[in-house]
Amino acid sequence: MNRIVIDEELCKGCGFCITYCPKALIHLGSKFNSLGFKYAEPGAEEGVCTACKICALMCPDAAITVYRESR
Amino acid sequence: MEQVVYERSKLYKGSHPLCSGCMHGLIGKLILDTMDELKIAPENTTLLFPPGCGPQQDFCININTVMVGLGRSAAVGTGIKRADPDHFVLCWDGDGADAAIGIGDVIHAAARNENLTVVMVNNSLFANTGGQMAPTTLMGQKSTTSPRGRSADREGYPINLAEILAQVEGTQYSARMAVYDPKHVMQAKKALEKAFRLQTEHKGFAFIEFLSNCPTNWHMTPLQSIEHIKEMSERQYPIGVFKGE
Repeated sequence: MNRIVIDEELCKGCGFCITYCPKALIHLGSKFNSLGFKYAEPGAEEGVCTACKICALMCPDAAITVYRESR
Repeated sequence: MEQVVYERSKLYKGSHPLCSGCMHGLIGKLILDTMDELKIAPENTTLLFPPGCGPQQDFCININTVMVGLGRSAAVGTGIKRADPDHFVLCWDGDGADAAIGIGDVIHAAARNENLTVVMVNNSLFANTGGQMAPTTLMGQKSTTSPRGRSADREGYPINLAEILAQVEGTQYSARMAVYDPKHVMQAKKALEKAFRLQTEHKGFAFIEFLSNCPTNWHMTPLQSIEHIKEMSERQYPIGVFKGE
């Protein structure tokens, strides 16, 4: 399964990944990290993410790691 | 079986202290990713930072850095490059350094065709000192030292450094890039690859200006600042390659 992992301590909640995700899978969570920012969280739906890397490309804090299921 | 298709560059050590949504971080990430891809050895690299928002990243990047005087990075880079021509030198400046006090250093480094890469992050303000007007401030833009908005008879016109450097004969590559959407980020990454290749192949001076934002001093959210770049900054600063392929 393709998935992304957002490092909650690095994320500052700017919302670039949320705006540009073509599948609208990412949302802003309600919890705060130790820097005092609300951080983005990947959605729980399975099999929707295509591992296109656009979220990782747009993240100013390089907080996103992208995994792809190899066939 | 999973494979990693994108991960944080190994050159990072921890979080950087830039504001939420600052594109300086995005540009820094692109620079480190490009260095990884071109296999530029970090131990054979020096980053030159003048004072500003950029050097806040040197606490989180595992590469040698020199903190130079404001606008003097092209001059210090000339010295390092002439002492060790195979050393990779990146001048990582803001618009306050390169377009104001350091404009002479940059233009003369270009005229001498020094084998340097200069990256200028243009957020149209002196962001680190609290949002004063810079030479790149847009017409009508309010800042702490132009509270009624920049006007031509009081403060003059903005400086388009990428176009100016394209006129200099020694410049090999001069471009202006933006990083507000995925398409422009990919375009900017190609420009960085081109500029870094010019240096590693000893071809000469390359200059890239990045249109950036400053949500804090523009008093906007990060997403509003993207719209501001699209509507206002791009009108004054067109994106494109002005010299070189």
